[in-house]
Amino acid sequence: MELNRRQIMALAAGSAAFAATTSLSFPVLAANDAQDIINAFTGGAEAGEGALTLDAPEIAENGNTVPIEVTVDSPMSEDDYVEAVLIVADGNPNASVATFHFTPMSGEALASTRIRLAKTQDVIAVAKMSNGTFAMDRKTVKVTIGGCGG
Amino acid sequence: MANVKPRVKVPKSANAGEVITIKTLISHPMESGQRRDKEGNLIPRQIINSFKCEFNGTPVFSCDIEPAVSSNPYFEFKARVPESGEFKFTWVDDDGSVYEETKKIEVK
Repeated sequence: MELNRRQIMALAAGSAAFAATTSLSFPVLAANDAQDIINAFTGGAEAGEGALTLDAPEIAENGNTVPIEVTVDSPMSEDDYVEAVLIVADGNPNASVATFHFTPMSGEALASTRIRLAKTQDVIAVAKMSNGTFAMDRKTVKVTIGGCGG
Repeated sequence: MANVKPRVKVPKSANAGEVITIKTLISHPMESGQRRDKEGNLIPRQIINSFKCEFNGTPVFSCDIEPAVSSNPYFEFKARVPESGEFKFTWVDDDGSVYEETKKIEVK
């Protein structure tokens, strides 16, 4: 098959875009110990996706107060509930943000709060279920004014 | 600290077994320990490091808090109401102070 110049350019652009998206979805160069904290929380177990939803704004004008909300799809009964949800931010001076602890008395595994983000970064939520499985979600939040007194 | 004031919003009544929304806010500077004063000295960390909510003595929701939680920490969460009773909210400060608030709820 012979390619003309136009097709080659299109191919090159396509592969560049592909490389960009893959590098975005695997940010290996985390600035702090976010991954260690997650590993300590899960005990190295694989975290699935889907059950947990992390809601955060795409762009936060003020990093001093960024509203976030976590919701976990769970019946919250005595034998099947969400024990805890860990929140970490991978670009803050300290990765830990908060850990929510739920009980069957919670009725629904939903919690929201406001957090500080020093710069544009990923916020990651990991949920620990009572049956020992984990679920994870992450959102990139663009921060225009950092929230660490800078 | 003197000017710390907890505020909690709980419905006055609910149906038995209903899941209600609770909103809490406590005024607190949440000094992160990252900021410096004019002379360049670090301002020591002073935050509220934990929050918990109980219903008639049974734990409902709790939270371990790090400096990355904004000043005047706000929490919104759900609670199942099996019977009439009292919600108790407790915040713990780094300096050892404990702030408490209670709210009654009636089951129709």
